[in-house]
Amino acid sequence: MHAEEKLTHETWPAEPEKSTLEAKNKFLGFWFFLGGETVLFASLFATYLALKDKVPDTTHTLAKDLFDLPLTFVATMLLLTSSLTSVYAMYHMKNFNAKKMNLWLILTLLLGAAFLALEVYEFSHYVHEYHHTFTSSAFGSAFYTLVGFHGAHVAFGLLWITTLIVRNYNRGLDLYNAPKFYVASLYWHFIDVVWVFIFTVVYLMGMVG
Amino acid sequence: MANSQLNSGNPRVDIEYRRKKSAEEMKQQVVSFALMIFLTLIAFAAVAMKGASAWFVVPFILLLAAVQVVFQLYYFMHMKHKGHEAPSMFLYSGLLVGLITILAFTTIIWW
Repeated sequence: MHAEEKLTHETWPAEPEKSTLEAKNKFLGFWFFLGGETVLFASLFATYLALKDKVPDTTHTLAKDLFDLPLTFVATMLLLTSSLTSVYAMYHMKNFNAKKMNLWLILTLLLGAAFLALEVYEFSHYVHEYHHTFTSSAFGSAFYTLVGFHGAHVAFGLLWITTLIVRNYNRGLDLYNAPKFYVASLYWHFIDVVWVFIFTVVYLMGMVG
Repeated sequence: MANSQLNSGNPRVDIEYRRKKSAEEMKQQVVSFALMIFLTLIAFAAVAMKGASAWFVVPFILLLAAVQVVFQLYYFMHMKHKGHEAPSMFLYSGLLVGLITILAFTTIIWW
């Protein structure tokens, strides 16, 4: 099938994300990228685990006194739900319904933005209340690098999906843009995969001691 | 490709079959979402109850996280579907290198 072809409900393929050569390449290339991201985040987790609670003196706050369970819980719920809304968006993409897909993607963006706002609040709270900064200790550096890198991924995802929606708003769905939406949703789920380990390893394990 | 199996030659039959299939998949995904929320709640509850020892809680919540990520990868990211052999290889290779890095950093670095 040709990427620019005008399609209808009946001619829309079952796997629009893999129906052209370009789409297949995009799909494969993106998963290769996600393999690399796995290594990147794993090494940041390794650094964090090695430097957790490594502070120069006793005036510094340690993980168990720093983190706040309710705040982490709300952030987790926001991001998990945004993962589900992007699943709904891809459901409508497969059913050739661009309007509903956009609607669910916008919901995803709102939830992602709320998560990011909460993270900005959290970081500024640590800086002002506990003087826990990027340069205050090895613990601080490792914490902000890992969690901040994830936050930067969320911010990039928001920009990416916003651009896709704006760029394709009046175009409808075709085999040129469907793979782009699909790959962006994979990226969004991957952000959630990383967050599951962040809330477990950084926040929950931090509070256990 | 899954495409060819879904083509009966009659577009009306195809479209009905496909709609039914994706509705079915959507249902599975909603169920996995409910399970993911449930696993998250258990993990937070295990930490909120201060009674349990860290020797139990830490491996327990790590296991819950691993199960939750399997749902995310296989249901939300469709890795359970056909045609995900190369993605699995990429992801698991990355995971292998990553886990070795974590093992090294947590065992041979100390100060």
